[in-house]
Order: sequence, then C-alpha cells, then structure tokens
Amino acid sequence: MRSLTHLDRLEAESIHILRETVAEADKPVMLYSIGKDSAVMLHLAKKAFFPSPLPFPLLHVDTTWKFRDMYALRDKVAADPAIQLIVYKNPEAESKGINPFDHGPIHTDMWKTEGLKQALDTYGFDAAFGGARRDEEKSRAKERVFSFRDRNHRWDPKRQRPELWSLYNVRKAKGESIRVFPLSNWTELDVWQYILKEKIEIVPLYFAAERPTVERDGLLLMIDDERFRMNGETAVMRKVRFRTLGCYPLSGAVESEAATVEEIVAEMLLTKTSERQGRAIDRDGGSASMEKKKQEGYF
Amino acid sequence: MSRPLQSDEELIRRDVRAWLAEQEAKELLRFITCGSVDDGKSTLIGRLLYESKQIFDDQLEALESDSKRHGTQGQRIDFALLVDGLSAEREQGITIDVAYRFFSSARRKFIVADTPGHEQYTRNMVTGASTADLAVLLVDARKGVLTQTRRHSYLAQLVGIRRFVLAVNKMDLVDYDQAAFDAICADYRAFAEKIGIAEWVAIPVSGLNGDNVMSRSDAMAWYSGPSLLEHLDTVPLDAAADAAKPLRMPVQWVNRPNQNFRGFAGQIASGTIGPGAEVRILPSGRLTRVDKVVTMTGELEQAVAGESVTVTLADEVDCSRGDVIAAAGDPPEAADQFEATIVWMADEELLPGRGYWMKIGAQNVTAMVQQPKFEINVNTLEHLAAQTLGLNAIGVAEIATDREIVFEPYAVEGTSPNKALGGFILIDKLTNATVACGMLHFALRRSLNVHRQHLDVSRETHATIKGQKPAVLWFTGLSGAGKSTIANLVEKKLAARGRHTFLLDGDNVRHGLNRDLGFTEADRIENIRRVGEVARLMADAGLIVLTAFISPFRAERHMVRRMMAEGEFVEVFVDTPLAEAEKRDVKGLYAKARAGELKNFTGIDSPYEAPESAEIHIDTTQLSADEAADLVVERLMARR
Repeated sequence: MRSLTHLDRLEAESIHILRETVAEADKPVMLYSIGKDSAVMLHLAKKAFFPSPLPFPLLHVDTTWKFRDMYALRDKVAADPAIQLIVYKNPEAESKGINPFDHGPIHTDMWKTEGLKQALDTYGFDAAFGGARRDEEKSRAKERVFSFRDRNHRWDPKRQRPELWSLYNVRKAKGESIRVFPLSNWTELDVWQYILKEKIEIVPLYFAAERPTVERDGLLLMIDDERFRMNGETAVMRKVRFRTLGCYPLSGAVESEAATVEEIVAEMLLTKTSERQGRAIDRDGGSASMEKKKQEGYF
Repeated sequence: MSRPLQSDEELIRRDVRAWLAEQEAKELLRFITCGSVDDGKSTLIGRLLYESKQIFDDQLEALESDSKRHGTQGQRIDFALLVDGLSAEREQGITIDVAYRFFSSARRKFIVADTPGHEQYTRNMVTGASTADLAVLLVDARKGVLTQTRRHSYLAQLVGIRRFVLAVNKMDLVDYDQAAFDAICADYRAFAEKIGIAEWVAIPVSGLNGDNVMSRSDAMAWYSGPSLLEHLDTVPLDAAADAAKPLRMPVQWVNRPNQNFRGFAGQIASGTIGPGAEVRILPSGRLTRVDKVVTMTGELEQAVAGESVTVTLADEVDCSRGDVIAAAGDPPEAADQFEATIVWMADEELLPGRGYWMKIGAQNVTAMVQQPKFEINVNTLEHLAAQTLGLNAIGVAEIATDREIVFEPYAVEGTSPNKALGGFILIDKLTNATVACGMLHFALRRSLNVHRQHLDVSRETHATIKGQKPAVLWFTGLSGAGKSTIANLVEKKLAARGRHTFLLDGDNVRHGLNRDLGFTEADRIENIRRVGEVARLMADAGLIVLTAFISPFRAERHMVRRMMAEGEFVEVFVDTPLAEAEKRDVKGLYAKARAGELKNFTGIDSPYEAPESAEIHIDTTQLSADEAADLVVERLMARR
C-alpha cells in the first residue's frame, strides 16, 4: 500500500479546505496576488474541482504598482476560459494618485487594505481564500484556517472559533465574512518543493537575472518602469531575484545566481534571512505590526 | 522558513536535487506539547526550532532585542518569545492560544501544536490535540507530575491521542540526577495505568541547554533511551492504522461539470478505494461499485486514507453531500440518538433541549443535548452531577439529532480514533459560534426498545370523524404584535364554519400548565416544548390548534415543526415593527422593560429571530386584524 508523503498530506488537506468552503459558503472568491503562494493555491483549486471549471472567480486587488512581469502572468492565467478574473482598483486611491513614493504606509493601506474591503463588499463575497501560511509570521501562526471577520472586516485574535479535526464552521451572519487559508500548514520549503514537483508556472522575477537596480534604505529596488523616481542615484545592473513580490518600489531584491527552482531552494536553505525580511510593510510598528494590520482588515 | 539540519548542508551544496528527492519521501508527524510556561514548554520548542536551524538571523536579532525587553532569562535568549506570537502573550509571558510551528528532521516533517497550560485554556488544548498523533507532556524535574500533567494526559487521551512522551525538563536544575527522574517516572506510571495510557516513554531533557533534545547528552550517561527528536522520528504514525481500516469516505461535494460526469469528492477517512471496489452509500444503503478515481493528472488505481479524491460510481445512485461511501461488506451505522462526551467551549453555558447545529463529517443536522449524565472533574477525574456544562467543562450526555446521521464510535481500543465520523462540533444557531466539540460513544437503542402504545382509533380516524384536516397554526411575533387578537378572530371565523378548533394562548398557559416556568432562556425553551407537545396531542385528536406565543427563537419553532406531521405545521409570522409594538404597548410591558424592571424582554434585551420562510406572513402595518384573520383562514382552507 502507498504511504503518503508530507506533501501528499498537505495537498489533501488544502483540497479538503477548498471544497469545504465551496460546499458551504454562499459566494466564495480566491484572492490572487500573482505570487508563488497564489500560484500553488490556484493549482490546488484546479485539482480540487477537476474536471469542473473553478467554481469561484479570482480577485486581484490591484495597486497599479506591481511588476510588469506580474501583470503578464496574471493576464496569461486569466486567458484560461475556465477561470474568471476580477481586477479591482480602489477608485479613491486611483483618483488621488496614491503611490509608494509620496505616500508611505498610506499606499498599502489604501490600495491593499481598503481596496480589498471595498472589493469584497462590492461583490458581496462571503468567503475569500488567501495564500498566507502560518510559518510566515508570529501572529499568523495563531490564526485559524477559517478566520472569521466581522462586518468591518476586523479580526479579533481573542475571539477565534475553536477549530477541531478537519471540521470547519463556515456559518456567519449577513455582512460577516470568512478568510480561508488553505496553505496554513505549508512552509516556504513545502511551497517550493510543490512548485518543482507539479511544474507550476511562477513569475520569472523569482529567478535571478540581470536587472536595473538601485540601493535605497538597505533595500535593493528594481527599476521596473519609467515611474520609478531616482534620488540622484544611478541604475546599476545586478543579477538579482525576488523572494516575495508586491509593489515593485517596495519589494527588495536579493543578489543571487539562482536561475532554477532547485537553485532557489539551495540558496534559500543556506541563506540566513527570512522571507519577509525584504518587505517594508512588516517593519512599521514593531514586532506586533502584522497582528495590528490584520485586526484592521489586512489579509 | 524551513532550514536543513547541519548534516544536510553539505549535500545541499553539492547536489540539491538529490537532497530534494530525499525530502519528498519524508513523512509528516503532528504532535502537541502540553505544560505551563513554568515547565519550559515554549523554551523547549524554541530549542527544537533553533537547533534544527529553523531560525534565521534577522529573526534571531529580533529575538535578542525582544529578550532584553520582555524576556525572563536576563541577558540570555528567551526562546519562549519565538513561540508566543500574540502581543498580549509576549507582554504577559503566557501562552493564550494554540500556535503551530514547523520543523523537520532527516526523516520527518513536524507540525507542532503548542498549547497553553492553564485550566482556563482547556478548550485550546483540546483544539490542538484534535489533529495530533502524539503528545509531549512537559514536567519540571523539580516539581514532578502535577495535577495539570494528569489533566493534560487525560484531555489528550480523550481526543484520541494514543502515544505520549513524558519530557522531564530542567534536568540541569536537579544536577541531572537519575533518582529524581526515576521517581517521576514511577509516579506517572501509576497514573498512566489508571487511565489506560499504554504507550508512553519518559525522556530526561534540558530545553535550556539542549540535553537529550536533538541527540543524547553526555550529562546523563545513565539514560540509555532515545533523545526527544530520535523518538519523534521513529514513533509509528496513525496514518498506517487508518489505511488498514474499512473504507469510509464522507462525500464533501458533488462534482457535476456537465450531463456526462457525476463525481463524488471527499477526503478518504479510512481504508483504500480503487476502480471496481464494492461500496455502499449511506445512509440509503444502496450498493454499487467504484468506476474511476479521477484526478487532474490521470486516473488512479488506488487511493488511500488521507487523500482527497474524486470518484465516479458504476450506477446512477442517489448520493449527495453528507452521505458516506463505505466498504460494502463493513459499513458504518446510522442513528439519531447517541451518548457522547462533550467539551463545552463557550462562555454561554449549554442549554439542554435547545437545538444546536451539529457538524459531523460533511453532515449538518440539528442536535439537542439532554441534561448531562455527569460532568468530569478534569483534575481528579471524578464524576460530578451537573445541570449543564459551562466553559471548559467536560461531560457525558445523550444527544438526539433531527435526522439519522452516519457515524462511528470515536474511540476504538487498539487502533486510531475515528475522527471523521466520530468527532463533531456544535454551533450556536444565533451567534454561529462553535460552542462545543464532542466524541460519539455509541447509538442509543431506546427508540427500538421503548415502543409506543398502539392505538386502535388512529389520528386519521379522529380527523375523519371531524371532517377536517388537522393543523397547528403557530402565531409568532413580538409582544404586542397582535398575535392573540388575530388568533382569536381566526378561531371565531373557523368556528363559524363548523371547524373544531382550540386556541392555546401564551398568557393562559403560563397560569396553568407552565406555571412553574420563568423567563430565562432555558425556561422559555421548555415553555415552547410543552406547548408543542400539547399542540401535537390536540392535532392527533383531529383539531385545528392555534397558538399565540412570542416564540422568539428559530431553533424552538423548528423543534415544534419537527414534532408535527409533514405539512401540518403552519407558521404565521405576525410582523409588527418593534417601534410600532412599543408604541401600542397594550400591557405596558415595553415601558417596564425600558425602565429595566423586566429582564430578558424580547426586542429590548433579548433577540427576536424573525422566521425566514413562514407559511403565512402578515404585515400588520398593511392589514387590519380582521383582514389578517381572513387571509389566514383563506390560506388554511386552500391547503391540500
């Protein structure tokens, strides 16, 4: 008899979570951020519902500041007739021209946090899949797979529903919603191993290549388009890759030679900094900053 | 973040493909750690993460600065801070909620549920234990087996954990003394025998210094057993036991992309499945065969316990979400009355007789819990008499569901627990909170043994003699909505047509039959239950019964509906907005409630759950009482 490996088990658990949500929620949606975790989550969803088309749309909460390569992959994914993609941009952020150069933390707050809340309210989604993992950050380690949000999208860490076995309580009142994290129990290494095993397509930015960069505040930033503002710096071609992807002016690159998934894994395993370190977003507010953002409705 | 053991680094540098291939074959062990902060639990987990290189430099830096600010180890690194994730936990130096941690060895990947130790967090411990194969119980070598060690052992065993590690920690503080360790083992052995824990090992460790955590320590040459990690690496997994049991696959979702494909999706709880397998669909009991096991990458010859699959069946049998596909020759039972152990997890206590949502596998039903047979003192394991169960209380009670469910007893001697069809949660219908979890023991045979007296004059005869179809017209609405007024008019109009009727009025019943009941939530439920039973007897006698009760809770109205024959219960929602009812305030009750003289008054400080699909909906702002009564009579007469 076949015995299951840890990846088999993680896959089975994620598929169970995806199906349970679809069976019990009124209007589910999958948050699609175009990153590697989203790619894995989407792949799992295709497996969970095969041969049916995805029984929910993908939602990309766009900040207009993602890397060009990300938009390219997103559009390629959306070309599949079995997939419906909704792109939402916070109209207020758009009209005010909110951007990462002038507006600091407000940029993330308005485009991402507010944009997400608006999108969920506009379409009336009552369950939203997200690709977050418990190994990413300390407050995520304590979050449920089915994370309940009140009418204002707030998370209350002290009032989480007990989650036993694989029995998930998907019930909620009108206006309330649930964030569902099918990858809760995956680690970064699991995600990479799965990408390798299942040959999942990811944004090329994860692989090292010569890219125009500047060094600013300890981060290596890539000049992805003409909107990038130089502060008297000159662009330097460096062989870099990205460990996480967000808005390009906020995503720090690492110098690297890793051009394949295997090489990324090797580099990752032998490196000495964690994945979220390249993200400016976690830093403002000290060690409890993610917990605070989550309470306010950040995914 | 998941970094390799030191020994792997060389291979990764040399040949990452070979290393990855090794990783792919790794098994997964989920375990729970129990103990209080004083036992050094978080420190031990922090040590496991640290030693297996799960901590990166930037996290270590943050940890060092946190240690200086909140740490309890002076200038040393406080590993506990790695694990306590919520800000309240770091500030207070305690663990409040379950946290999940990840690390790996050369053989296995581990998911650790780190659970809080205090008695007030019993529910969190039960939550963490529900998905674990093994429990690591921490004791302080200076203190030995404490009440909470026994409580944790009991709770872990209760949710089906069969394998235990007694980690005798802080051995450095007793000079690595063998006698201290032996005494603790002897003490625990006596307790383990008493409660029936058969598989346990004791390991002397120091989380602070790392002795016997990853590898065997020189400091304790007298100890010849495995280190903690060596043991975790080799202990048998429940998965093997699950696969050896007969097939059970709860159907989660029916996959129907088009007319030509009908697949049943679910996670295999036990056994194996493959094309040609003879299966029985429960609860219907229909027999068929598996046609295919379908995946995106091709059909499977066999799928095993733990896998999420989609299967097609050879015949067009009725099968939907909640049904169970099972081994044809060895199917599970279906029943609607059970005995179960219940762990109460909500601040609001259990209301015996109240309907809760019960989720078991993919089945959602309404369940009523009887008054507990007893509560278990989790510290002494004594059985105590109990009226109800409060937060963190554990008791044994009978449960009745509104329809048959497919189930298996949770705990079975000598094998892994039947989690998928034996474990359930209860959900409050009003707040949607998960209020309890439970483990089914067995089905009650009562419904088979206690037969009802056969009556020669049947209810059909009663109805025929009266020349009418019995009904229960259940008027519900706020106090002062006009229920009694309209019900009275309806009865007059029916009497005028020669119908045999009886009106049960809330206020009148409370003077007699229900004189002993007050207005607490439990009493209101009992009030409605009794009225429902009386209404049913009257309907059996062939009468058209009218009732006028606020009956604010959907669950109770649903309970009464279920007592009646199909189509006999007619819910009449007398819909008057609160402001309007309060303005009328015929009995002056709203004024009293607003003044705080009346407690639990519906609409003021107690909720009214409006019907979602009442048979008759009366908007009293649009219709007069007389028009409303005409509408009810007309609908009743039109009923077939």
